[in-house]
Amino acid sequence: MGFALETAPHPESLRRVAIDPLSRVEGHGKVTLLLDADGHVAQVRLHIVEFRGFEKFIQGRPYWEVPVMVQRLCGICPVSHHLAAAKAMDMIVGSKLTPTAEKVRRLMHYGQILQSHALHFFHLASPDLLFGFDAEVGRRNIVALAAAHPELAKKGVLLRKYGQEVIRVTAGKRVHGTGAIPGGVNKSLTAEERAYLQEDVYRAIAWSREAVDIARRLHESNRALYDGFGAFRSNLLSIVGPDGAMDLYDGQLRARDADGRILFDRGDCARYWELIFEEVKPWSYMKFLFLRQLGPEQGWYKVGPLARVQNCDRIHAPLADAARREFLDVFGGGPVHAPLAYHWTRMIEMLAAAETIKDLLHDDDLLGADLVAQGERAERGVGVIEAPRGTLIHHYRVDEQDQVTRANLIVSTTHNNQAMNEAIRQVARTYLDGRQLTEPLLNHIGVAIRAFDPCLSCATHALSQMPLTVELVDADGRTIDSSRRGGAC
Amino acid sequence: MLSLRPRPGVAPVLVIAIGNPSRGDDALGPLAASRLEAMRLAGVEVLTDFQLQVEHALDLLGRRRVLFIDAAIDGPAFALQPLAPVAAPGASTHRLPPQAVLAAYVQLTGAPPPAQLLAIRGESFELGAPLSEPAQARLEAALAACAPLLRAAPAPCPPPACG
Repeated sequence: MGFALETAPHPESLRRVAIDPLSRVEGHGKVTLLLDADGHVAQVRLHIVEFRGFEKFIQGRPYWEVPVMVQRLCGICPVSHHLAAAKAMDMIVGSKLTPTAEKVRRLMHYGQILQSHALHFFHLASPDLLFGFDAEVGRRNIVALAAAHPELAKKGVLLRKYGQEVIRVTAGKRVHGTGAIPGGVNKSLTAEERAYLQEDVYRAIAWSREAVDIARRLHESNRALYDGFGAFRSNLLSIVGPDGAMDLYDGQLRARDADGRILFDRGDCARYWELIFEEVKPWSYMKFLFLRQLGPEQGWYKVGPLARVQNCDRIHAPLADAARREFLDVFGGGPVHAPLAYHWTRMIEMLAAAETIKDLLHDDDLLGADLVAQGERAERGVGVIEAPRGTLIHHYRVDEQDQVTRANLIVSTTHNNQAMNEAIRQVARTYLDGRQLTEPLLNHIGVAIRAFDPCLSCATHALSQMPLTVELVDADGRTIDSSRRGGAC
Repeated sequence: MLSLRPRPGVAPVLVIAIGNPSRGDDALGPLAASRLEAMRLAGVEVLTDFQLQVEHALDLLGRRRVLFIDAAIDGPAFALQPLAPVAAPGASTHRLPPQAVLAAYVQLTGAPPPAQLLAIRGESFELGAPLSEPAQARLEAALAACAPLLRAAPAPCPPPACG
């Protein structure tokens, strides 16, 4: 048994609309809609066009190369891959990190969260949210945003820059950093580097607070739209710290059901496969994950900011925790399942990241010299981290010759695969069913997907590649209309 | 750092090379960057990244000239062309074309420095693939043609005139 609108009974008799690839979504995402003769939606699917082959790319490499090499998998969140791989390799070398190593890595990670969330909210989502989903396509971009809201755009750019400077200082380089190594880090901070980052951290916190306020006001300005757009109920999954607090760098797995009841807690990340299952479907290269205890029909879930903010018991960053409680109060304390609420929770996390960076910068362990620890060698290593988009799992086996023999990477977007499919099916039912399809209407699909901030594939981006093509094909397979937008994406 | 002031002592010429070193001919940009960096050209700073984003506009602050280098999937073997800010040339903002970075600069702070794009045609962009032979030859030709232009770098930018 499948999900509603996942597979139409007689697809050969239906009209096909492809949105390929998705505007402002990383990589080669494609949505196909099958419509009957009256324009009613019969099937909606989000596809991954490109086979990624990352695991094969990693096999045969020496384990100590992996934390650096995996950054080449993704041009959007390389630091998350860097740290997840390093955490897995910590297990391989039997390391319990020194305080300096753990705090330098945490600083790097929260820098990544800050810069990624700033990019998404200020530049990927804001054009939709501020100009409207139906705005002309030429306005739905950062340049138009900067023209209409120059202060907002400026703060977004500079916040992102701040996060990237945190990464540069901790990783040693602006891109392809080498900071995290198996068992620790290869550098700590100098006093000058710490002072440099401290100089602007309070402004980063202030601007992040403003961003939370903007996201909240946008949501509250149109509750009917924001609460209902693409909304669906699901389970929630993330890691949380040992005390149940939000911890994006390390912790144990916790899942809640759609009503907020805890399904499992303190799940061992190193044995994640006992809790979640990866299912393959013939129409998509991307796997579908579900909680084993509930099965494929009921066990799928959301990850990312909306899940994390509601899955944790508290946030140690006080301003962010106050914002989290306000968020819950607005919705009466129950779980929120609206995809557009991702934006608000993403900004709460950005504030948490800025505050955490501030706290870490006051910790003298950052300046320490004890950088690496090693212990008993192991064959298997699992690194789990909360990347900007959600839970990221790296799992490796390393042989006696130090070569990786098996790799399994579960990226955040894969966890959200079923959730994104459900969101666009809801949107298709509400906004597209039985109507003449126009570009603004099709953009509603993109708005729903962008709320999850997916990263569908990685960093090939040569000039002239990836135009946006929308094709309408009749029941006989003939293209009856098409449009092509954008040369370089 | 949370301001639109140029960094003190910023090099007058900036090269921004774009591409993923592990995706076949997408490595053309990073390889060109490492070759140019090895030449230690006076007054030239070389940056590489996977893709352009809006914050790259900040790297342009205080520059007198900017050269973007990227792989292309079609066109001539290589081409050097002037760039102008274009407000909305593409559908994506997860990765921006150079023209949009210039346009973002305009919106943030004013007229951008003169900019050019060196586009070098690639053949394949598969994960884990090496640079193809045709791309290697085009890289050599492109560097031979363009490096002399960078050697004639403008004088350092005096702080009061920048940004």
